[in-house]
Amino acid sequence: MGDEVERKDAPEPEDERPLPEEQPVGEPPRQRSGILGALRGLVLPLLALFTALVVGAFIIILTDFELMGLWASDPVAALAASWSSVTATYGALLRGSIGDPGALIGAIVTLDGDAFRRAFIPLSETIISATPLVFTGLSVALAFRVGLFNIGAEGQLYLGGLLAVIVGFSLTGLPFFIHLPLALAAGFAGGALWGFIPGLLKARTGAHEVIVTIMLNFVAYNLINWALKTPLVQREGRSDPISKIIEPSAALVPIFEGLRAHWGIVIALLAAVAVWWLLFRSTKGFEFRAVGFNPRAARYAGMSIAWSTVMSMVIAGGLAGLAGTAVILSGSGTLSPGFSPGFGFDGIVVALVGNTRPLGVVAAAFLFGALRAGATPMQSATGTPLDLVVVIQALVILFVAAPALVRAIYRIRAERVTGSEVFAKGWGS
Amino acid sequence: MTAATASMTRADRRLRTRQRVLGLIYLGLAVVMVIGFGVSVGGGVDSTFTLTPGNAPVTVPDLVVPSAGTAYLLATVVAFAGAIQLTRGFGARWALILGLVAFAFVFAFLTWVASAQSMNLTGLLQTTVQRAVPIAFGALSGILCERAGVVNIAIEGMLLSGAFVSAVVASATDNPWLGVGAAILMGGILAALLAVLAIRYRVDQIIAGFFINILVTGLTAFLSVRILQPYQQELNVPPRLGQIHIPLLSDIPVLGPILFQHNIFVYTLFALIIVIHLGLFYTRWGLRVRAVGEHPKAADTVGIDVYFVRYRNVILGGMVAGLGGAYFTIGSTGGFEREMTAGRGYIGLAAMIFGGWNPIGGFLAGLVFGFADAIQSRLSILSIAIPSEFLLMVPYLVTIIVVAGLVGRARAPAADGKPYVKE
Repeated sequence: MGDEVERKDAPEPEDERPLPEEQPVGEPPRQRSGILGALRGLVLPLLALFTALVVGAFIIILTDFELMGLWASDPVAALAASWSSVTATYGALLRGSIGDPGALIGAIVTLDGDAFRRAFIPLSETIISATPLVFTGLSVALAFRVGLFNIGAEGQLYLGGLLAVIVGFSLTGLPFFIHLPLALAAGFAGGALWGFIPGLLKARTGAHEVIVTIMLNFVAYNLINWALKTPLVQREGRSDPISKIIEPSAALVPIFEGLRAHWGIVIALLAAVAVWWLLFRSTKGFEFRAVGFNPRAARYAGMSIAWSTVMSMVIAGGLAGLAGTAVILSGSGTLSPGFSPGFGFDGIVVALVGNTRPLGVVAAAFLFGALRAGATPMQSATGTPLDLVVVIQALVILFVAAPALVRAIYRIRAERVTGSEVFAKGWGS
Repeated sequence: MTAATASMTRADRRLRTRQRVLGLIYLGLAVVMVIGFGVSVGGGVDSTFTLTPGNAPVTVPDLVVPSAGTAYLLATVVAFAGAIQLTRGFGARWALILGLVAFAFVFAFLTWVASAQSMNLTGLLQTTVQRAVPIAFGALSGILCERAGVVNIAIEGMLLSGAFVSAVVASATDNPWLGVGAAILMGGILAALLAVLAIRYRVDQIIAGFFINILVTGLTAFLSVRILQPYQQELNVPPRLGQIHIPLLSDIPVLGPILFQHNIFVYTLFALIIVIHLGLFYTRWGLRVRAVGEHPKAADTVGIDVYFVRYRNVILGGMVAGLGGAYFTIGSTGGFEREMTAGRGYIGLAAMIFGGWNPIGGFLAGLVFGFADAIQSRLSILSIAIPSEFLLMVPYLVTIIVVAGLVGRARAPAADGKPYVKE
């Protein structure tokens, strides 16, 4: 096997890579099977979301200066006004992400094409936002399983987007069933390259992947800015950093006429299945998880930590690269510096909330996709700044990462070891 | 026995490889200097460096050097260093030589930039110090936390919160000092949150820090739309802290303007660097902090309260970062803008690592990164054909090289990032 060769080539760094002295305490998380287990797994994330929304409501109320005066003069009216302001905000968020229930039912009942389209626009927008999040969530989750914290999904996504757009506009005259896969492969390769660097450095020198990936994010950002000014990439006749437009044959087209949701989501779901198969049904995936769970034991069992580190980062990078690719190949079909509003960082949230399981990641991606999709309509309808969604996301991370907090709030007794402690380790390990 | 000798030769071999790599890099740099900065300019062209900033009392004559000649001379020195490095190495002085080579390369680069025109060197270095200030504050914050064993990647969020709070409080009260105080307090509060999550709840410290960064980014953006935009005049036009020229010291030619014509933040930074450095390495306090960061169990055994030391240091670190954040608003431009720290906190983290978790090292690293920042803003003015993006990448690339141990090795405190469970 390839492992043997690799061990001979580079035995030193692997031998010297310090292993964590103590494995995280506690028993391994028990696998629950069946619907009941899945439902129990949902309790904590949902409570976390609920708590975050409640805190968000307080933020909405406390930052409303007009209400401030009312509290002093007429507390009851202030309470009522607060309630209506919060419900209006969250109502707009919900309508922007899922849609108007009445219109949805009406559309299904009447089957009128036009009404159908209009009613499903919010859901379609949610799917669009969820698509890159599925990819970045899978990327972060996969790396987590191998014991690596991939903060670099954002940079990998940029590189993937860059290569995908170059392949997308430079090849002409190809049929879509050749061109589109080529562009997707280029996007995967770009991200994979950006994941390979931290993976290799970690395996060979022990450089901490968190630091390397943070730094590579900034390098990627500057690289894109530079590339967008070169004549190869920059659109003719433009002075601002924007790329040429991809050929229609490389585009991810909408699934339904008139709705923007595109085939990217199908690819994302396929990727989720592939990651699930890789992690839980393949030998390599077993090695990945073994290395992530207990590197020392994995090494005694003859598995190569270096190989797992590099390969998992390459695949994680590639998945993040596909996130950028899916964004670039759909919609306007161009690359510009701000094309990702932090999809890579949201991927960390998605992976944590999804408990690093592919199915959980998909569910969490749709949840946060809905938040993102609803944010803009919320701002235009109620004037509440869309950054409220970012605050809610941060709070969800807090409550998911510190389950003890949620348990303390709702007085739930601790009954299982949740994931976060597994990741607790320092720069040196 | 055989294992020991084998590992010795292995370490030896690695040292020699590193030596050779470094030597080859030096030779490569020399070639770049000859072709890029020498031949490309040609003979008979001078580079002029202005050594007095815009309106200084003491005038120093301009420094005029032949552009190509300087490049050739410095290239020779670098090539010589490379040759020695390649053949027999510099032993323990390799870091010094590396610094000298870097200096020679940068100076040759500057003569190339300034060829056939003039460049204000003093002004450039003054800007360097200004750009380095928030980075160095961030690095100091990180050092305080990580020397006690708590990883702090929330520096970015702490800087941003300091910037926001100081702008709002200073505007509302019309008193910049209250703004500074509020920023320090805010940094301390966020750090206390980080500490509780990291120490009490044993949340992964990277996730906890990441949470704080997102929270602060979201909250400040939310509040700046919600509160600062409608009340711009009342809440986002803070009074600023002006420049203080230190008597006598600021009159020193060249060095005076670079180091002693700044506002109070810069002098506070200088003082903090010295205090923290002395504190960490020459006092009982520092010994305890480092013991907790290296081996908490041993520290606990001899009666040091590990949790207390960690809480205290993280909170102190947060206060330093909050203070650094105030520099963005009342220390320089004034009003708050969303995401105005633009990743400086992460560069601070990089500077901390590059500087080997050492306050003076962190500051010097901050200067290097500040220089890269300052030079790229100059280049766009001088219309030089180097894409500024590549200069902006320098801090990040240097950090990757340092953490990977390709040139020298930065070593983190042994217990950095590991939660301590008292038995």
